[in-house]
Amino acid sequence: MIGKKLLGFIAFLVVVFVLVPLFISATGRWDFFYTLTSVALLSVGAAGVWLTFYIGRINIGQGAYALIGGYVSTILVTQANVSFWLTLPLAGLFCAIISVAIGFPILRLRGVYFAMVTLVLTEVARLTALALPITNGAKGITSIPLPGELSIFGLTIIPAFGTLSNPRFGFYIMAVLLMIITYLVLWRIVNSRLGHLCRSLQQNEELSASIGVNTAYLRVLAYAISSFFGGIAGAMFASIAQSIYPSSFVVADSVNFMLYCFLGGLGYVFGPMLGTLLLYFGWDLLSIAREYQLLIYSGVMILLMLVLPNGVLSLLDKKEGSR
Amino acid sequence: MTPILQIKNITKRYGGLTAVNDVSFDVKAGEILSVIGPNGAGKSTLFKLISSFVPATSGEVLFNGGRISSLAPHKVAQMGVVRTFQETTIFRSMTVRENIIVSHHLRSKASLFGFFLGTKQAKEDEAAFASSADDIVDFLGLQAIRNELASNLPQGHLRALGMAIGLATDPKVILLDEPFAGMNHDETMKMVGLVRRLRDERGVTVLLVEHDMPAVMKISDRIVCINFGQKIAEGTPQEIRENEKVIEAYLGSEDAAIGM
Repeated sequence: MIGKKLLGFIAFLVVVFVLVPLFISATGRWDFFYTLTSVALLSVGAAGVWLTFYIGRINIGQGAYALIGGYVSTILVTQANVSFWLTLPLAGLFCAIISVAIGFPILRLRGVYFAMVTLVLTEVARLTALALPITNGAKGITSIPLPGELSIFGLTIIPAFGTLSNPRFGFYIMAVLLMIITYLVLWRIVNSRLGHLCRSLQQNEELSASIGVNTAYLRVLAYAISSFFGGIAGAMFASIAQSIYPSSFVVADSVNFMLYCFLGGLGYVFGPMLGTLLLYFGWDLLSIAREYQLLIYSGVMILLMLVLPNGVLSLLDKKEGSR
Repeated sequence: MTPILQIKNITKRYGGLTAVNDVSFDVKAGEILSVIGPNGAGKSTLFKLISSFVPATSGEVLFNGGRISSLAPHKVAQMGVVRTFQETTIFRSMTVRENIIVSHHLRSKASLFGFFLGTKQAKEDEAAFASSADDIVDFLGLQAIRNELASNLPQGHLRALGMAIGLATDPKVILLDEPFAGMNHDETMKMVGLVRRLRDERGVTVLLVEHDMPAVMKISDRIVCINFGQKIAEGTPQEIRENEKVIEAYLGSEDAAIGM
């Protein structure tokens, strides 16, 4: 069983680090690197949303943390000359701290009430970015330098992106690595006691409290981890685009993060990853339908939720059940 | 010797309605004490007050002499006062065994981060939880359904599972919410035996709220009867049976209802 999982993991690594780059260089479609980088980063943010679903909360506010993370990293890089690689965890940490302050009061809410408050958060983040002097208002911050070199004890781990002949490929590798680390962490959380307690919270908060679980603490902890993921995804995005605006992440992005989770399946750790891939490419593919793009897209989403309420990955379960 | 649990002048008002009014009684270590009363007498509220799930308007609850009535529910559980719920309150999409294992949370020595990293202590904890869960499964006779999803269980088993979840926390005092409700005679007798063994073999003090008079008379060392939120009687089953106020409170119901 474990051998099978390891094999799958190795196969996945081969696909993303060998086959995909080979395919892209063979076809010469270098823009694909950018698309796949976006998918990888969006799925990092979606992993966070998935974790809040796992404690039984509908989170439509990940866009806010992506935006905050993007600004924190950008401001540190442009104004304090901090290395981008250091700002990446700092952006996540900053978001986690903010989310503790916000989450402590609002995580008492359940169901649609929590969802509504988180929806507002994205808009609050956007308006704050517009108003603060440090974020440069609607003009945003542009011409962000590419990530520099990361070296420990004189050993270069990541070369400066400016010196790369193909920074797109560099970003792709970094984004995929970030995604893999994120999902390994998420997988470990879900399969450790922390995840079991989150599940107990999702299924019955009162009973959870009665067996001695500090439910308020656990909720805030899960939300902070979730926001951390949102923050690092946003920071990496800003660095790739070399710019960030208040409108870089809007309510629609927050909603999309949630949809990725729904589509992939809320019961599966790797659901949001698959959901992001399908939805991102699905939307692009539908552009051939021109003005009907949104109509078909929405129709398919509604249909999927009706037919596969537990996400695309639940197809695997059904196959196992019929065997 | 101080009683293990002291309920002192506890009162709960919801707006103009007084659900529990100035109720006081003690629970001695190692006894089985039942709280009885007609429907709407305030038994459930009293239960929530003791387990600190709702805050009291006035009065207090002491556990081993220390005040627990203003603590968060999980703190009260940590101290060893654990409530069970009526049957629908379980972790539905976990198996019976998973339900019991996850409820061992209070016994963990490793931190949550330790569990995340999979430290030696965490692994020891998990092994200890698993074997203790198997003990509890055996103790309650749940072997046949140990890997069944909780949402698929019939009522009788759900009640036992609720008790198993409570037991997993290693309680000093367990509060059972209507453990015999909806059971037929045979099931009730089995449950009575189980509650006795809880006390005799595991040394747990039992406080229960119940409607089923014959079962209560059979199982209790002492009984507290409340009506309209107030305590109207306290004593041994024999004393309660002969108490006029109690008979009056139950007037209209058959004599058999109070086990005569």
